[in-house]
Amino acid sequence: MEEALTVHRLHFAFTITFHYLFPQLTMGLALLIVILKTMALRTGNEHYNNAARFWGRIFAINFALGVVTGIPMEFQFGTNWAAFSKAAGGVIGQTLAMEGIFSFFLESSFLGLFLFGEKRLGPRGHWLAAFLVFLGSWLSGYLIVATNAWMQHPVGFTTGPNGELFLASFWALLLNPWGIWQYLHTMFGAVTTACFVMASVGAFYLLSGKHEEYGRTFVRTGVVVGLMAALLQLFPTGDMQGKMVATHQPATLAAMEGLFESQEGAPLALIGQPDVKQKRLDNPVLIPRALSFLTHRRWMAMVRGLDQFPRENWPDQIPLLYYSYHVMVGLGTIFIAIMAVAAWLLWRGKLFTTRAMLWVLMLALPFPYIANTAGWMTAELGRQPWLIYGLMRTAKGVSPHVSAGNAWFTLIGFMGLYLVLGILFLFLVYRQIDRGPAPVPATPSA
Amino acid sequence: METVWYCLVALMIAAYVLFDGFDLGAGIIHLWVARNDAERRQVLASIGPVWDGNEVWLLAAGGTLYFAFPGLYAAGFSGFYLPLMIVLWLLILRGVSIEFRGQVPGPVWAPAWDFLFCVSSSLLAVFFGAALGNVVRGVPLDANGYFFEPLWTDFGATADIGILDWYTILTGLTAFFALAMHGALWVAMKTTDDVNQRALWLARRFWCAVGACTLLITLLTFGVQPQVLNNLRKHPWGLIFPALAIAGFLGTRRFLAGHDDRRAFLASCAYLAGMLTSVVFGLYPYVLPASTNPEYSLTIYNAKAGEYGLRIGLVWWVIGMALVAGYFTYIYRHFAGKVKPGAGYDEH
Repeated sequence: MEEALTVHRLHFAFTITFHYLFPQLTMGLALLIVILKTMALRTGNEHYNNAARFWGRIFAINFALGVVTGIPMEFQFGTNWAAFSKAAGGVIGQTLAMEGIFSFFLESSFLGLFLFGEKRLGPRGHWLAAFLVFLGSWLSGYLIVATNAWMQHPVGFTTGPNGELFLASFWALLLNPWGIWQYLHTMFGAVTTACFVMASVGAFYLLSGKHEEYGRTFVRTGVVVGLMAALLQLFPTGDMQGKMVATHQPATLAAMEGLFESQEGAPLALIGQPDVKQKRLDNPVLIPRALSFLTHRRWMAMVRGLDQFPRENWPDQIPLLYYSYHVMVGLGTIFIAIMAVAAWLLWRGKLFTTRAMLWVLMLALPFPYIANTAGWMTAELGRQPWLIYGLMRTAKGVSPHVSAGNAWFTLIGFMGLYLVLGILFLFLVYRQIDRGPAPVPATPSA
Repeated sequence: METVWYCLVALMIAAYVLFDGFDLGAGIIHLWVARNDAERRQVLASIGPVWDGNEVWLLAAGGTLYFAFPGLYAAGFSGFYLPLMIVLWLLILRGVSIEFRGQVPGPVWAPAWDFLFCVSSSLLAVFFGAALGNVVRGVPLDANGYFFEPLWTDFGATADIGILDWYTILTGLTAFFALAMHGALWVAMKTTDDVNQRALWLARRFWCAVGACTLLITLLTFGVQPQVLNNLRKHPWGLIFPALAIAGFLGTRRFLAGHDDRRAFLASCAYLAGMLTSVVFGLYPYVLPASTNPEYSLTIYNAKAGEYGLRIGLVWWVIGMALVAGYFTYIYRHFAGKVKPGAGYDEH
């Protein structure tokens, strides 16, 4: 049983991590495409329409992979986590079913129109199609985060005689305070990824001296929106998310920060390696009292360490949780710095000629993906050892008859398949970037 | 309330089969009906803008099943673990083969995806049919409401059963022929010239196979699942469902003979809807009969979610479905009519 549990966890972790590489770009990019389409509508400049079409092509490849890797996520609730589904399906099935009905239909219907219906829709109709794709993808984000938020902070339910959970308040589920902050934090994370990708492609064009007019638009849009998104990630969304964790999952907060002992005026660890056996942080670089201030807004406030919680309620992967959290916060801070410097150069009219900054923007591309992944790892590892926080242990949620051997079989299958998909994805996106945004003179396509 | 949701989930599954069924069918006949690149692009253009929306019915139906009957979702999905994972892989391969095919020109890239599109669509049809066969036949549920089936055992439909046995292989083949016919009729309706003619020729051939399989599987089902006959005896009005299937089946032939492609396709929709509703009617109130001990069977009563959730779900479900009906009407109108020769699903 123990072994099967590990494989089921790896199974979900692997497939969700790969999946989320795609929606984080499409959700952010949907917003940026609406911005480009709005510019086109307001200025009447075809340049912005070409830019929107170019990103539409990249969006389409990402969307296709997001869809095909997303279907396994819904299935896995039933296939690998049947006991969890049986107990909680009556509650979180609501948000999952609503996601299918309210967002996926909207997204898929209007993406087809956005990609293939521009001529017949006209400029306003095409803008509306882009907007509805944006709306669908952001609604989808909300409903899926609401599902996760309920697992992090269950609300609006009652418990039946056999341990099954019944929905008691629809609005409590939908307006879970945890979910609202988690949603905003997730979405600005997605916008950050899209902005870095757009700025990176723009910087690549400027550095290679081709499609330079588009390169400037991409860098400008990416930097301006990216600075706002990066700032919103820190405050208020990240800050409020942290407060949620501090209030509702205090053991998680202690593990994230590597705080083994409760103390007044607790320091914030910038670097250091948690040693769970010795219950200490090795080689720490600390900011004195900062953790107390960030958590409680008082320098000498008491912050509860892991010693306050029974060992069996500690997250089971403390070092990984600690590193995920620190990678996320560290990168988030670096993003603000990069975008702020770039925005300042842009404002001074020097950005497009400052090659060093363009290099930084171009090479920064992978980091928002890493930060978003680390953020989700923090949320999911932080919830452990609970599948539904405080209600159901992760070990109790797995499918009783699916053996480790069967789970390995399908995990290995997914790994092989996703490796091929990943290679194809990089190849196809590179082709689109190489081809560029300029309209190709009409040729009979073969 | 649970009966309402039983019907609504069945309705969504039927919508999935009718809508995604034709693009799966188009995939099955893809290599036969379209011989060169231009023709294949025509087939893909006929489903290109809609296939993804059609597939959403699977997710939406799955999600609705999850929230209305969590006990069934948990038992069914974990019990059918291996075939469902294979279905997922096939769905992934099929999705990317439609979307990636047009990305790179040249004589190597597209044919590879065409082949994959055809194979994955064909296997999906067989697997979906076999899945339905498994539900009708029953599965080895234990006292806790769980089971696990290997892919196959000795191919017998009793005792130590697997996903594939003679009965479920037959339901798989029936689904394969039915969706192939459905897809051929869709392609015929949407195309012109050679592709249209070949699709019609194939549809007529598949029609015969569908007839033979349907007859055989119906008779066998009465033996495999006695509940079907019980329900028909208790509620003879239920005969309208098989009658719908027969009318649709005969109608398909008539309209094919009369060269009315559109009506032939609609008749095929009626056939599929009639077959599915017959199963749904025949199984009620079971959602997953147990082959082990009838008392372990999952019914709409012991697999359902809480009353409040089901009631509130009805509110958003109706609103959501009204919106979906709106999108679908708009999209299918927008892309109505025959695909223009030379058009493709790859004008990125």
